Amino acid sequence: MAPELGNFALILALCIALVQSSLPLIGAARGDAAWIALARRAAQAEFLFIALAFGCLTYAFVTNDFSVKYVAEHSNTQLPLAYRVAAVWGGHEGSLLLWTLMLGLWMFAVTIFSRSLPRAMVARVLSVMGMIAVGFLLFMLLTSNPFDRLLPAAANGRDLNPLLQDPGMVFHPPMLYMGYVGFSVAFAFSMAALIDGRLDATWARWSRPWTTVAWSVLTLGIALGSGWSYYVLGWGGWWFWDPVENASFMPWLIGTALVHSLAVTEKRGAFRSWTVFLAILAFSLSLLGTFLVRSGVLTSVHAFATDPKRGIFILAFLTVVVGSSFTLFAWRTSKVGLGGRFALVSRESMLLTNNALLLVAAGAVLLGTLYPLALDALGLGKLSVGPPYFEAVFVPLMAPALFLMGVGPIARWKQASLPELTVRLRWALAASFAAAIIVPLAMGRWSAMIGFGIFLAIWIIAASLVSFRTQLAGAVTGRIGARLAQLPGSYYGMLLAHIGVAVFIVGVTLVKGYEAETDVRMDVGDTAHLHGYTFRFAGINHVDGPNYTADRGTIEVTRGTEPVVTLHPEKRLFTVQNMPMTEAAIDAGFTRHLYVALGDALSPTSWVVRIYHKPFVGWIWGGCLLMGIGGLVAAFDRRYRVRARSYSAQAAVAAGLSPSPAN
Amino acid sequence: MRKLLALLLGLILAGSALAKEAAPAVPDPALEKRAVKLEEQLRCLVCQNQTIADSHAELAMDLKKEIREKLKAGMNEDQITEFLVARYGDFVLYNPPVKATTVALWFGPFALLLGVLAGLFFYLRRRRAAAAPPLSDADQARVQSLLDASEERQ
Amino acid sequence: MLRARFLIPAVVFAALVALLAIGLTLDPREVPSPLINKPAPAFNLPQLDRPENTISQKDMLGKVWMLNVWASWCVSCREEHATVLALARTGVLPVIGLNYKDERADGLAWLARLGNPYQTSAFDHDGRVGIDYGVYGVPETYIIDKAGVIRYKRIGAVTPEVVRDKILPLVKELNGNA
Repeated sequence: MAPELGNFALILALCIALVQSSLPLIGAARGDAAWIALARRAAQAEFLFIALAFGCLTYAFVTNDFSVKYVAEHSNTQLPLAYRVAAVWGGHEGSLLLWTLMLGLWMFAVTIFSRSLPRAMVARVLSVMGMIAVGFLLFMLLTSNPFDRLLPAAANGRDLNPLLQDPGMVFHPPMLYMGYVGFSVAFAFSMAALIDGRLDATWARWSRPWTTVAWSVLTLGIALGSGWSYYVLGWGGWWFWDPVENASFMPWLIGTALVHSLAVTEKRGAFRSWTVFLAILAFSLSLLGTFLVRSGVLTSVHAFATDPKRGIFILAFLTVVVGSSFTLFAWRTSKVGLGGRFALVSRESMLLTNNALLLVAAGAVLLGTLYPLALDALGLGKLSVGPPYFEAVFVPLMAPALFLMGVGPIARWKQASLPELTVRLRWALAASFAAAIIVPLAMGRWSAMIGFGIFLAIWIIAASLVSFRTQLAGAVTGRIGARLAQLPGSYYGMLLAHIGVAVFIVGVTLVKGYEAETDVRMDVGDTAHLHGYTFRFAGINHVDGPNYTADRGTIEVTRGTEPVVTLHPEKRLFTVQNMPMTEAAIDAGFTRHLYVALGDALSPTSWVVRIYHKPFVGWIWGGCLLMGIGGLVAAFDRRYRVRARSYSAQAAVAAGLSPSPAN
Repeated sequence: MRKLLALLLGLILAGSALAKEAAPAVPDPALEKRAVKLEEQLRCLVCQNQTIADSHAELAMDLKKEIREKLKAGMNEDQITEFLVARYGDFVLYNPPVKATTVALWFGPFALLLGVLAGLFFYLRRRRAAAAPPLSDADQARVQSLLDASEERQ
Repeated sequence: MLRARFLIPAVVFAALVALLAIGLTLDPREVPSPLINKPAPAFNLPQLDRPENTISQKDMLGKVWMLNVWASWCVSCREEHATVLALARTGVLPVIGLNYKDERADGLAWLARLGNPYQTSAFDHDGRVGIDYGVYGVPETYIIDKAGVIRYKRIGAVTPEVVRDKILPLVKELNGNA
């Protein structure tokens, strides 16, 4: 019963989406208040039906309904409840439903948090989002229906891939998709502005918080994925430049450029066409990512099971959405004039350079990801492009942008003075050079690459402090508390996010430069030493989990005579799929991780044990967390929440109920 | 009773005396390090995008064995890479070689960077040269009244 | 003029779509062999059925022949076996097997059960020769010419279509249209 209900809910959602994507748009063009008002109600109804469908699928998983093919392929009666719920998005069809749910959620959020926006604009935004929903709902109903029946029903399911039976599976995909889909809001705002013909600073102010929240959530989603692979894959790696990882990184890079570009458009009215272009590009890359992961054109551990029919549909959808938006862009943008003027050395030009560098970086990642395909398509042979390429190309491209991160916040709008900047930043520069020399030596070994990484990180932090001090001094009156409160949330957000980047760089630089590893053969009672720590193999015993059996090692870690921690690495065998899995044990300290994984058993009491000491590796994800929080702090700046009452009333009258200017 | 305790104590002590510093998992850690470093640059042909180092597939294990034997026999990393490329093609390398077909790959990003920066530079110059449209008298008057109003408020 | 510049993204995107559309028809996991038109790598292995005898690629010089890589544990090999048997029976070209990473008893039992199309099979127990030939997934099949140069490699099961469209014409050509 529930699967039929879910299927029906999807069909209804599709019908509503069709209405939502057409009538309000026409209504906004004609000034029809009733059709404009339809947008909000339709979006809310659509969300409810998508949520209902999602609920039905979840119910099927929780109740072990193996008459649903998708449930039979991804679940099992022995699967713990939390993972049965996570299994809803464990395969292609269900993850599409999750994508659509996120779209519904964002649509719903737009209906709630857009009271101060002109109704016609909101109608257009929701229409565009409705069109995207139509695409995804059609895709599901025509080629990838999660509610397809399996008759006769299977006695038990094939179980969720053991690699996915982990808390990471509960959080990473939803966060990631929330971020991907969040860029559709910025995209919809851009499309609405292009359709309307009105592209001004106010538009930027409206779309900025949505974009920033989407960016923050995507940052956290990617960080979760990286952290998850770190502790589950058993060798301590956290980024592989895999095509699917790149598919999430490209929208993030362009999203970062977009967030910065919106700042300029909001404050100075400049870069308007560029911002619109970036918004279209960010979402296009999200959709491209969807294509790459599900079409089978690229090989990846993250790729879903593929079917050429699905690939064709997504490509067609991608072509329609992106093709029409770039065409609309070309058509309408030439009418948009230039915004405020600015000098060759100014905050605007620095942000523009930041954007240029991020764009090239994203381009490089795209090039590397698609190059094997391009070469094969041209019949020029097959090759692989992996981490050595991406690291060689990406780091030099990003380094100047990272340097600019220190200068930008200090540079004036419109016209900055290079001599003045040098004077203001001279101590920050000195501190960075000093740190670049001292820190690597203190860690045990100096190298140019490590020094460079530390230089950039300390530069960003020191320059941020200079900026903070300047802002604080420049705040109008009062004691420190009052002056702190006077600085806008967007400023704190920026500081936090920039410092997050610096923390991230410290983590990457130090762990790559100084991580140590030892692979030893341990009998019970043996000890191994690494970086001042002693690891004693206390024993191994057999444990039974809900759907696995495991060998569980006990490793006692001491430093000198001080006990540090007891770690329990496991080697699990998941019974349904007969798949072995290594569960590493990590002591996550602030300044280092101790990472222990079991290798192969050489005898019942003798095992190969891999021990790693990873300094500051936690700072990688700590930095990402700071970036994400910074973004959220910036998005919730008061100026986005306090609406100018006079403006909104005026706007409602002028734009909502009368025809928009013919433009 | 006391004899039993003494026996137990003796056994425990003897046991801990047998406990030793763990031996490295492989006989030659330095060779292993070289081998792993090389394996992290090579692609497993039967896997879904993994290095030979990370893969437990049978072909990957065979190739790992080959690599270690060849290193022991005195071949260097370049020779071993050549050996594998001769048999499996460039596909096996995660670090794409620089050749005629990969010029666009390796130099593309920097060409793009130069292009974008050059475009940026000329765009900024052109923008600066374009004179700002002069304010109309009506707008000028509005600006003045706004400025006067804000001064009054202060 | 202004408008033309803004069309660049759309044009670049169109090129990308064309590339991706072609990509949908390709198999990203197929690894073409760099050994085509190169001499067949040397090997000297014991024969599967008569271990005291050896078989080498040199033994086949002067003939156009097929090297078929197979194993008893390989499911796809079973699928192609009927085709290989049929081809061997026509006598168009000799078929030599390369028994890859198998156990002698298992290999012999498999042939006994399913039929033996091979003039003989080379027993490659540790897979070294397989690596030399760039084998990464059985079954794989090579057509080698009279001078001992590899002319064609088939990755995956040999189907009647492949025999008809690729193998037979090539063999005819290599035999001098005899």
